[in-house]
Amino acid sequence: MDIYLLEAIINGLLLGGVLALLSLGLNLIFGVIDVVWICYAEVVMAAMYAVFWLYAEWHWPLLLACVCAIGFATVLGLLVHVIVIEPILGSAPINQLLATGGLLFFLQSLATLLFGTDFRNLGIRLPVLEFGGIFISFSRLIAFGVALIGAVGLYLFLARTYLGTAIRAIAQDREVMGLMGANERGIYILTSAIGGGLAGLAACLLVLQYDVHPFIGLTFGPITFMVCVLGGLGNMIGGFIAAFVISQIIAVGGYYFPIEAAEVLAFVFFIVMILIRPQGFLGK
Amino acid sequence: MAALLRLDGVNAGYGSFAALFDVSLDVEHGEAVGVVGPNGAGKTTLMRVISGLLPPRSGHIVLEGESLAGAPAYRVVAAGIAHVPENRRLFPRLTVEENLRMGAYLSAARRVFIERLAWVYELFPRLKERRNQLAGTLSGGEQQMVAIGRALMSKPKLLLMDEPSAGLAPLVVEQVFELVKRIRAEGFTVLIVEQNVRQVLAVVDRAYLLETGRIKLAGTSAALQKNPVIQQSYLGL
Repeated sequence: MDIYLLEAIINGLLLGGVLALLSLGLNLIFGVIDVVWICYAEVVMAAMYAVFWLYAEWHWPLLLACVCAIGFATVLGLLVHVIVIEPILGSAPINQLLATGGLLFFLQSLATLLFGTDFRNLGIRLPVLEFGGIFISFSRLIAFGVALIGAVGLYLFLARTYLGTAIRAIAQDREVMGLMGANERGIYILTSAIGGGLAGLAACLLVLQYDVHPFIGLTFGPITFMVCVLGGLGNMIGGFIAAFVISQIIAVGGYYFPIEAAEVLAFVFFIVMILIRPQGFLGK
Repeated sequence: MAALLRLDGVNAGYGSFAALFDVSLDVEHGEAVGVVGPNGAGKTTLMRVISGLLPPRSGHIVLEGESLAGAPAYRVVAAGIAHVPENRRLFPRLTVEENLRMGAYLSAARRVFIERLAWVYELFPRLKERRNQLAGTLSGGEQQMVAIGRALMSKPKLLLMDEPSAGLAPLVVEQVFELVKRIRAEGFTVLIVEQNVRQVLAVVDRAYLLETGRIKLAGTSAALQKNPVIQQSYLGL
C-alpha cells in the first residue's frame, strides 16, 4: 500500500479518538437527561482556556494545569445543568435547544470579553515521530491514547459501579427510577458533571494541537453533533463507531482530494446516511 | 391499632380530566387488600397517587402517621412503600441482577444488599438462574418475578401491585397469583389493583370496588364474592 495512504489512515484513526471522546460526553448527557447541549464544544473551549491560563500565564506544571482544567469543566458541567437545564427540564425540546444555544453565544462572548480574540497557544512543540517513513504527530498519539483510556474508564464506570448502573437505568426509564427511591436530580447532576469532565479531558488533548480562541468550539462542535447523530443520538457505542467512520472519511478523503473537499465529502456522506437511516447507525 | 396506610378524601386527575373522586380507603398491617374495577376506573391513577408519581389535588395519604400526599416518589419509597408498576416496567437493557440492584437504591437497602439479594433469589430461584440475562429478554412471567423481586429489595412496609396479571397468558396469571400468596406468607402487607376480579378475591382479605373514580363497594373477599353486583358484573354468574 502507498505509504502516504497508510499515514492518512493512521492520522484518521488518531483524530477519531478525540472525536469519539467528545461524542461520548454529549451522548451521555443526551441519553440520560434527554437534552442536547448545543454548547458542549464551548465547555471544551472554556477548559482549553483554563489549561492555557494555568500553564502559560501562571506557569503551573502542565499535568497539574490539566487536572485542574478537568475539575473546572466538571464544575462548569454541573452549573450548566443546575442553572440552565434544570428550570426548563419539562419544556419543549426546541426551547431547551434555544437555551443551550444561547449559552453557546454567552460563553463565546464571555471568552472574547475576558481574553480578546487572540489565538493563544501553550508554546509547547511536541515532536513528530517517524516510523518507517510514516510521520505521526506525538500530540495526536497522546490524544488518541488518553481519549481511549477516558472511554474505557467511562465504560467501566457505567458497567461496573452502582451509580453507573443507576445512570444507565434512568436513561431507560426515568419514572421507574423514582420508584426505586432515586432522586433523579442527583443522578442528572452527576451525569452533567461527568459530561463536563469529559469535555475537560478533551480540552487538555485539543489544546496540545490547536490554538485556543473564543470561537474554537465551532471547529469541533458541528462535527461532534454530526458524529452523535450519525451514530444514533444518545447511543454511546454508535457515536464511538461514527467518530472513526467520519475521521477516516476526512483523513483518507484528504489524501485523494484537498482537505476542504474531504470535509465536504464527510458531510455528503452524513446527509446520505441520514436519508437512508434517519435514526443513525445504532439508534432506535 | 392504627391503619398502616390511610387515604382520606383523595381527588386526583390529569389536566382538566378528573380521575379519582373522594377516594378513602385503609390497609391494616399484615393485610392483603384488593382494589377491583373495570378498565379506566382510575385504578392505576390510585396507585400513582399513593406512590408519589402523581400529586393528589386534595385529600390525605398517611402511612403510619406520616403524611405523604404530594411527596415525590423517592420519599414515598423511603417511607416504606414499594410499587410494582403496571406492565412491570423493568429496565430492559439491564441484567436481572442489575434490576434487583436498582431496587435496593435506598441507602438502608444498599447496606444489606447481599443478604437481600440472597433472600430474593431464595424466594424466586428462577431469577438466580437468569441473573446475568438482560431483563428485556425474559418471558412475561419471569419479568413479573423480577418486578416483584425488585420492589421487595427495599423490604417495604407496603407493597403496591398494579395489574400484576396484565398481558400474561392464563397459565402464567395463575403463577403470578401464586407469587402473591407467597409474598403474603412472608408477612408483607399488599395493596393490589386488578381487573381480574375472580382471582384477586381469592388471594386478598378485603377489597374495594372502584368505578368511574369512586369507591362503590367495600367488604371482605367472602362478602364481595356473594355480592350480587360483583357476581353479575365481574364474576359472570
